[in-house]
Amino acid sequence: MLYWTSWSAFFAMGGYGLYVWGSVLVCALGWITEISLLRRQRQALLHHLRRVEFARGLDKENS
Amino acid sequence: MTLTSFYLTVVRRDLLLAWQQRGDLLVGLIFFVLVASLFPLAIGPEPQLLSRVGPGVLWVAAMLANLLALPRLFIADWQDGTLEQLMLAPAPPSIMVAGKLSAHWLTTGLPLALVAPVLGVQYGMDGDSILMLVASLLLGTPTLSALGSIGAALTLGVRQGELLLALLVLPLYAPILIFGSGAVAAVGAGLTGYAELYLLAAIMSASVFLAPWLAAMALKLAVE
Amino acid sequence: MAISEHPQHEGGPRWFRLFHFASPYQFYPLAGKLAPWFASAAALLALTGLWMGFAVAPIDAQQGEGYRIIFLHVPTSWMAMFIYVVMAFWSIVHLVWRTRLSAMMAQSLAPTGALMAFLSLVTGSLWGKPMWGTWWVWDARLTSMLLLFFLYLGFISLTRSIDDPERADRAGSVLALVGVFNIPVIHFSVKWWNTLHQGASVSVSKGSSMATTMLIGMLLLALAAWMYSIAMTLVRVRVLILQREAHTRWVRELIAQEGD
Repeated sequence: MLYWTSWSAFFAMGGYGLYVWGSVLVCALGWITEISLLRRQRQALLHHLRRVEFARGLDKENS
Repeated sequence: MTLTSFYLTVVRRDLLLAWQQRGDLLVGLIFFVLVASLFPLAIGPEPQLLSRVGPGVLWVAAMLANLLALPRLFIADWQDGTLEQLMLAPAPPSIMVAGKLSAHWLTTGLPLALVAPVLGVQYGMDGDSILMLVASLLLGTPTLSALGSIGAALTLGVRQGELLLALLVLPLYAPILIFGSGAVAAVGAGLTGYAELYLLAAIMSASVFLAPWLAAMALKLAVE
Repeated sequence: MAISEHPQHEGGPRWFRLFHFASPYQFYPLAGKLAPWFASAAALLALTGLWMGFAVAPIDAQQGEGYRIIFLHVPTSWMAMFIYVVMAFWSIVHLVWRTRLSAMMAQSLAPTGALMAFLSLVTGSLWGKPMWGTWWVWDARLTSMLLLFFLYLGFISLTRSIDDPERADRAGSVLALVGVFNIPVIHFSVKWWNTLHQGASVSVSKGSSMATTMLIGMLLLALAAWMYSIAMTLVRVRVLILQREAHTRWVRELIAQEGD
C-alpha cells in the first residue's frame, strides 16, 4: 500500500522536499490563521456585546 | 421629452461642462504623454526594445489616464445635487448614465486615441502598427469608460474612493489590455490583428450595452 | 425601509419554506448546528486525502515527487473559483429578493475564497519553481488566479469601506455580478495571451496518466477543501449576523444568557 520505504525518503521527496513540504506548510498556516482570526473576531464581538448589554443594564438601574 | 432627446441633452450638458474645465482634459492627455515618456527612461532608449514594448506600454498608459479621469463622471454632479435631480427625471437613469458615458468617452478615450500616433512615433512603431494602435484604442476605450463607470458609481462618496476604484476596475480591464495591445503586437509581427479587434468590438458592444444599467443601479445606492 | 423577515406564507407552496431560513434569526442556530459537522467532515476527508496523496500515491513519471503539490494546488484553485461563483449566486439572490442574509452569505464567503486564491498562487509558484527555476511563472492559470485574487480583494475592500450596511450589501452584490460575468472573459483572454506568447505552463504533463490513487487523493482533498469552506462560511456568517442584528431582541437575549 505504502509507496515509501523510509522516513528520510518521505521527507526528502526526491529532492523536492523544500517545495512540497513548503506548500504543505503554507496551506496549513493559511487555514490555521483563518480559523484563529475568525475565532478571535467572534470572541471579541461577543465580549463587546456583553459589555454593551451590561452598560444598558446599568443605565436602566440609574434612570 | 423623448428618450433620445434626453440622452442628447445629457451628452450636450456634460460636453459643455467638460469644455468649461478643459484644463482637466488637458491634464489627462499630459499624463498619458508623461507616463509614455517615463518608460524609456526606465528601460533604456534602445529602439528595438522600445518598438517591442511600445504597444503594451502605450496601452497601459492609456488605461491609467482613463482611470484617472473616471471620478469626473459623477463626483461633481453628486456633490452639488444635480445627480439626484437627473435621476428623478422621467427617463430611466440608465439613459442618463449612457449620456454621461458617451460624453466621457468623447472627452477622454477619443483624445487619447488621437494623441497615440505621436507616442507611437516616439516608440519607433511603424505606420501599420500605429494605425492598429489607434483602432484598438478607439474600440477599447469605450469599454474602459463603461466598466469604469460601474466602478465609479459603486465607489461614489466612499472614503479612499479613487484607490478603491482602481482596485475594483483594473482586474476587469485585463482582457481589454490583452486584446488591445495584442492587436498592435500582431501587426508588428506581420499578422493582421483582426481577431483581436473583433474580440475588442464584441466586448465593447456587450459592456456599452450593459454598463449603463448596472451603473445606474449602483448610482441609486449612492444617492439614496 | 422595513422588509418583513418573517413572511407569513403558511398556506403557500412548499418552496416558500426556504424563506423561513432567510431570516437571520432562524439561520443563526441552524448554522451553529451545521458548522461542526462540516468541520469534522473536512478534517476526516483531509486526513484520508493527504494519506492517499502523500503516502500512497506513486511517483509521477515526468515530474518526480514535486508533482505532489497538485494535491494542494488543485483543490485550492477549484475552491477559489467555485466560491466566487457561489458568492455571485448569493449576490443575485440578494439583488432579486432583497434578503439581508444572502448578502451576508456572499460577504462571509469572500475571505475564504481570497485565502484559497492566495494559497493557489503560492502552491502554484512553488510547483513552478523547480520546473522553471523562477519563483513566479506567467502561466495562464496562475495569471487568471492572480486576477481572481484581485477581484476578491476588491469585493472585500468595497464592502468594508462603505459604512451604510444596506449600501455596502447592494454595492457588493453588483460588483460580484460584474465580476462573475468577467471571469470567463478574463480566463479566455489570459489563455489567448499565454498561448500567443508561448508562455510557461505549470501543470501535470499531458503524457502521464493519473494513477487511480492520485485521482482519489485529489478528489478527497477537493471535497475536504469544500467542507472546510462551508464550515468557515457558516461560522463567519454567524459572526456577521450577531454584528448586524446586535440591536434586536433575540440577540440581546442571547448575549444576556451568556450562552451562544
